[in-house]
Amino acid sequence: MNFPILSLTIFIPLIAGLIILLFPREKTTWPRVTALAAAIITFVLTIIVYASYDIAQGGYQFIEKVPWMPMWDISYHVGVDGISTPLLLMAGVVLFCGTAVSWNVSDRPREFFAFLMFLGTSVLGVFASLDLFQLFFFFELAIFPKYLMIVIWGYPKTREYGAMKLTLYLFIGSVFALVGVLAIVFLSGANTFDMLLLEQFGFDIGFQQLWFPFVFFGFAVLAAVFPLHSWAPDGHVAAPTAVSMMLAGVEMKVGAFAALRVGIMLLPEGAQIWSPLILALATINVVYGALIALVQTDFKYVIGFSSVSHMGLVLIGFATLNKDGLLGSGLQMFSHGVMTALFFSVVGMVYDRAHTRDIPKLGGLFQKMPAAAVAFIVAGLVSMGMPGFSGFIAEFPIFMGAWQVAPIVAIIAVLGILITAGYILLVLRRVFFGDLKPELAAVGDVSVLDKVSMAILVVMMIALGVFPSLMYPMVQSGVNYILALVGGA
Amino acid sequence: METPAFTPAMFLAVLPELGLLVLAGLVLFADILLRRRRERDLGLLTFGGLLLVAGLTLVFSRPNLVPELVFGGMLRMDWATYVFRLVFLIGAAISVLFTMDSDRRIRGGAFYLLVIVSTLGMNLMAASADLIMLYLAIETTSIPLYVLSGALVRDQKSTEAGIKYMLFGAFTSALMLYGFSLLYGFTGTTQMYALKDMFDTGAIPTAALVLVALLILIGFSFKISAVPFHFWAPDVYEGAPTPVAGYLSTASKAAGFAVLLRFLAVVFPDLYPSWLLVAILAVSSMIAGNVLAMTQKNIKRLLAYSSIAQAGYMLIGVAAGTELGYTSSIFYLISYLVTNLAAFGIVVIVGRTVGSDEIASYAGLSRRSPGLALALMVALLSLGGVPPFAGFIGKLFVFAAAVQADMIWLALVGIVNAVFALYYYLVVLKVVWLNRSENEEEKIPVTRPWALAVVVCVAGMLLLGTLFAPWYQWAMQAATAF
Repeated sequence: MNFPILSLTIFIPLIAGLIILLFPREKTTWPRVTALAAAIITFVLTIIVYASYDIAQGGYQFIEKVPWMPMWDISYHVGVDGISTPLLLMAGVVLFCGTAVSWNVSDRPREFFAFLMFLGTSVLGVFASLDLFQLFFFFELAIFPKYLMIVIWGYPKTREYGAMKLTLYLFIGSVFALVGVLAIVFLSGANTFDMLLLEQFGFDIGFQQLWFPFVFFGFAVLAAVFPLHSWAPDGHVAAPTAVSMMLAGVEMKVGAFAALRVGIMLLPEGAQIWSPLILALATINVVYGALIALVQTDFKYVIGFSSVSHMGLVLIGFATLNKDGLLGSGLQMFSHGVMTALFFSVVGMVYDRAHTRDIPKLGGLFQKMPAAAVAFIVAGLVSMGMPGFSGFIAEFPIFMGAWQVAPIVAIIAVLGILITAGYILLVLRRVFFGDLKPELAAVGDVSVLDKVSMAILVVMMIALGVFPSLMYPMVQSGVNYILALVGGA
Repeated sequence: METPAFTPAMFLAVLPELGLLVLAGLVLFADILLRRRRERDLGLLTFGGLLLVAGLTLVFSRPNLVPELVFGGMLRMDWATYVFRLVFLIGAAISVLFTMDSDRRIRGGAFYLLVIVSTLGMNLMAASADLIMLYLAIETTSIPLYVLSGALVRDQKSTEAGIKYMLFGAFTSALMLYGFSLLYGFTGTTQMYALKDMFDTGAIPTAALVLVALLILIGFSFKISAVPFHFWAPDVYEGAPTPVAGYLSTASKAAGFAVLLRFLAVVFPDLYPSWLLVAILAVSSMIAGNVLAMTQKNIKRLLAYSSIAQAGYMLIGVAAGTELGYTSSIFYLISYLVTNLAAFGIVVIVGRTVGSDEIASYAGLSRRSPGLALALMVALLSLGGVPPFAGFIGKLFVFAAAVQADMIWLALVGIVNAVFALYYYLVVLKVVWLNRSENEEEKIPVTRPWALAVVVCVAGMLLLGTLFAPWYQWAMQAATAF
């Protein structure tokens, strides 16, 4: 296929963002319309990519390669496999929904939507990268939109702290990953940034053991691996709704994905050596994140910590290095991305209308915003791993995979899910049910755009839960490819 | 050594320098002939002249693949000379653009004349292949710069800056000259390319060579403001007229690097302690620069300390001592040139309206002038090493050079410093984008020369940060030509 569909997908948001920056300041609707149009086109393109990926053939598809810096064998090299195609779709849908629910941003909308689009390009670019340099380039591209968006449009009380903490944590992680990347390319003697060649390079086992933690944990900071997770709740809470959705929904997957692509797929033997540590840390993520979420009184912090907990499951799946675990991780990355975007959008809608996120001050909102409440219930069910929803088909294989490697991990992690059920139900009851607080009598319902975006996210989670075959075989093909690298190295 | 015979080719070799000389004369005459109110035309003349010289250099001074020594071994025409000349000329041209419409006291013909002469000196610094020529070139560069730093007459800080810069400069220059004289005493030659052969005979004790290397490195470290020879930089940058500070921190620093690279590559390639010294300079510059920058309240001082730290990153590439290391340092220099010029340029523009260089006075800039705020964001993020801007690629290259040379510890020191540095750049961005001020409706006027200079710098940062292959190729050709 010669049509450069992946490049279009990646660069349409970027171009839209640049155009938006050129608009005159007075035209406050132009940026919204342009951004939404670009997000819709991107979303449609990711659907097309998803639908036309040939599962039977497997491997990397829609490949485009243009030399970027021949002296170092750096290329602009994109392509997707069974793992990244669902993530691309997820990024597309979250970008669209994030743009849609931000329709009413009134402070400097031009910059807001431009930066949001840049963030979109960054995440899409990482998911489609087959070149190590390019992956890192797009990975770091997210720094400035994230920081500025949190600082400018974030929650006034914590935005300065949250933005700085998030940016520095992630920057520390990524620069360590950078040293690992440079070592992979230059120290090993591979002298290429082409990941397809690096996958087959066969690094020395001592080398893998030394450098695996640099790249894996460096990137996994963005997946909020314990004990480097504390940027996540603070950052998510400080961020404006759309950025929380992108951060927790997509950016954390970017971290996990990069850790998988660069850490596990390039240094598989290193991964085997370090997997017990990853398992242990990820298990702490699951239980610790859930326990902290249980005691939060801030609505948004609950969801923030739940992301830490759920990303732990993804990392457990990685660390099992077996078929079930990796399959579950692939599905969980998609499922959690959609779910948490929905959570944050509902939290944002509640906050915009009730002007508080303090759980004791909320209550009975089901009467005022039923659509948002239903969406929250669905996301909650996904979060608890209820059969019939995407969470179940993602988490179940992870537990199966973990059971084969370390049963104790599976047992503890299942306990984490029980706690999840606890905090989700608790929040649901306190915020949406019970008596309506008198202060909240004036709260209005959500807008049409809000409803559309929530509906899309809900449909995706239920569709995947009821028809796992929509995604299962695709992720399976991606996992088989990884297993060939892990086993065959 | 054969007696130099003049040929037309030799004039072609020094075409940029001759062009600058003519331009200097033109500016001087125009200053006398034109009436007082026409300073702007002088600026345009200087800018146009510098561009013309840069264009001529680009076309006619392209060196042959085989480097050649001209004027009896005084100058060396190679790719390094070629690339550095262009860097200086472009740096000077952009600085002149920022000078136009800035403080009245520095818009006169004398100011432009001094800029042209010091650029001429830098060109010769990059080309020098002889110790005497090198020393003369360094002084030709420095003396106009001392005057430029003190150009704001009746301004105490500016006068102090000029005097301080001169005293430090004279001191380190004397040490360097002492090193040169020792070299001559040991070897009997001042030709840099002949020195190496004399060392290889083994007649000179290594300890003596280390002493010489130390003395000379002190001189160069002063020029590039590496720690511990950086003390002048913050005071001078703060006191000097802002366009001069920008020029000092970019073109002048680049000239220092040009001679440092040539000296280390040509004279001391096998002297391990000298490379170790460079690594120590790199580490101390990065750490001291970044730590001290964090507490600054004045943006010019912040940029001064940041430029000290930036010199540290560039020294990483030098310390690696490989072809890749040299290449990465030169690439870093080029990307740093456009970046820091933009940063100082925006300080010029904002300072002209706001009347202060305190970081706090940048509050509300993103509302007063969104374009400037975006440009400042690009410049600071490029300094911080964030893609898609030039600084990211520069940092990536120097760290890659350190890793490839098996100096991972140096790369690790560098990346930890990059994190600290990002912090204080982000703090400035926060003030620009978040903090409010009372006069947010009041626009900041940006004249045409300023707008042009800012656009050129931003375009340069984006270009170097995304399509970096051709520039890398240039840097590589320069790095291999020494």
